[in-house]
Amino acid sequence: MLSIIRLILERLGLGVLVLFAVSLIIFLGVELLPGDLCQALQGQSATESTLAACRKELGLEQSAPTRYFHWLANIAQGDFGKSLANGREISELIGVRLANTFFLALVAAVIAVPLSLILGILAALYRNSWFDRSINVLTLASISFPEFFVAYILILVFSVQLGWFPSLSDVSPDTPLLERLHKVFLPALTLTLVVMAHMMRMTRAAIINLMASPYIEMAQFKGLSRSHIIIHHALPNAWAPIVNVVALNLAYLIVGVVIVEVVFVYPGLGQLIVDSVQKRDIPVVQACSIIFAATYVLLNLTADILSIATNPRLLHPK
Amino acid sequence: MTTHSSSDSQLEPFTEPPPAARPSKFKRALRELWKSPLSAKLGMLIVLSYIFVALFAPWLTPYGESEIVGGPFELWGDKYPLGTDNLGRDMLTRLLYGARNTIGIALITTLLAFLIGGMTGILAAILGGWADQLMSRFVDVLMAIPSLIFSLLLLTIFGTSIPVLIIIIAVLDSTRVFRLARAVSLNVVVMDYVEAARLRGEGLGWITLREVLPNIMPPLVAEFGLRFCFVFLTIAALSFLGLGIQPPTADWGSMVRDNATLISYGDITPLLPAGAIALLTIGVNFIVDWFLHKTSGLKDGQ
Repeated sequence: MLSIIRLILERLGLGVLVLFAVSLIIFLGVELLPGDLCQALQGQSATESTLAACRKELGLEQSAPTRYFHWLANIAQGDFGKSLANGREISELIGVRLANTFFLALVAAVIAVPLSLILGILAALYRNSWFDRSINVLTLASISFPEFFVAYILILVFSVQLGWFPSLSDVSPDTPLLERLHKVFLPALTLTLVVMAHMMRMTRAAIINLMASPYIEMAQFKGLSRSHIIIHHALPNAWAPIVNVVALNLAYLIVGVVIVEVVFVYPGLGQLIVDSVQKRDIPVVQACSIIFAATYVLLNLTADILSIATNPRLLHPK
Repeated sequence: MTTHSSSDSQLEPFTEPPPAARPSKFKRALRELWKSPLSAKLGMLIVLSYIFVALFAPWLTPYGESEIVGGPFELWGDKYPLGTDNLGRDMLTRLLYGARNTIGIALITTLLAFLIGGMTGILAAILGGWADQLMSRFVDVLMAIPSLIFSLLLLTIFGTSIPVLIIIIAVLDSTRVFRLARAVSLNVVVMDYVEAARLRGEGLGWITLREVLPNIMPPLVAEFGLRFCFVFLTIAALSFLGLGIQPPTADWGSMVRDNATLISYGDITPLLPAGAIALLTIGVNFIVDWFLHKTSGLKDGQ
């Protein structure tokens, strides 16, 4: 037990280190600008005095390490600085959008995780049937189709032809929950389709892998039904890889959200980062990047820790 | 020298058929192709037709790449087979030119990624020690940031132009190539013939290119197909977001974005470029699947 705790603490320490490294890279990226931020902003029209004023306002006359620690300390307190495009507080811009993005990802996860686990188990149960094969086709489609292709096909079918769901997910903070769910359904479905195939395949593979082990054979000889064996004997031991894959895919959801938000004009963080890249609003892009990256790192870390914690072999090291 | 020739003969079945190979090898490659499953043949047919369109786009298209030939959003008809886009340019022309630009840029990017990632990966495996540690940990950190988000950040800093796009995506994608190249090279660098080359006093360049590289080609070739798909989809996604290939260059991702309004009228024209992206990715995946199956099957037989 102690060794597991030590392993988990090690991973946590490593995760914190990675977060620092990521923040450093995001910070240093801006330092790569030819000239500095102010020159990039003002371009041709820059004069010495306007440049000096701009540098003073952004605190650029301080040295890079000082600015880095200052920036990091501010972020830790939820202060991301001001947007260059409209001078508003970035934390204000991000607040509602971050909640929206997490809401969308959550809805997608709530649909995708149980669905892909059930379908994966069914595919393992009816191995090599037409059902199993159609899952293979779905997997191929999901790795080959760009997200926006899936999104527009869904819009064409469910919004334009059937008229069941809106093609614009323009939610506002005071949209009631049911209406919000209705509006968010198509983007969530798109995300679901994108991440589901991988989870399904891994669930299927994990169970099929276990089906070859002696204790499963024993259960078969006892005359237990196939579904009983899979659910009561194979599944408990398959959790570790499955949980790992689920966490990895949730991390992927966070990235996939960018394109889906743009297609459905959903007011989330993904849209904010794309708009800000177009306006070259560097502080906002930095803030969004660090939030996305931190979520991604944390989810990957969770996947890591869960797979350690659910692996019974690590409980009894040699 | 004997280990050398054996490693060479081991390589032969894996390599893609080069056009100017020896007849026996060429014939064998042809026979392999003939025996390939239907999905692989379909994949090759798809990829070859895309290459054909990409090479001969100017002769296949009725109009110029960014020539405005009619009103915006004209319907499908004799004059404009697939209608016109939001600025009145012929859709079919843009679609065919798009093959050239989108595939060309993705191919250059993937090649660059393999050049960077492959070389550094092999070097890390050969050098070992602190150099390997340094490179590996650096790559770990780069991979901890989701690549789409990272490329958005870098595009903000450097602005959106095609060379910048190619370099950013190639560098970010080379991290995955580095991992693979390093992992497979680690199995090769412990071989006797590498040790022999070291003792002969061969330089780092010789060991990288002549001893290690030929022996890690099969997994790298398969990975090339997959990474190409990934790069292709990333560039399409960025172009769709308006941050990749810039107008007036015809490109599938931005074509979808520019004409997306048509979808709300039930017109499927904007889905065609997206479908073109999906079809090519499927084709490449078919070939890679077959290739992986073949190479891993041969390994089991040894």
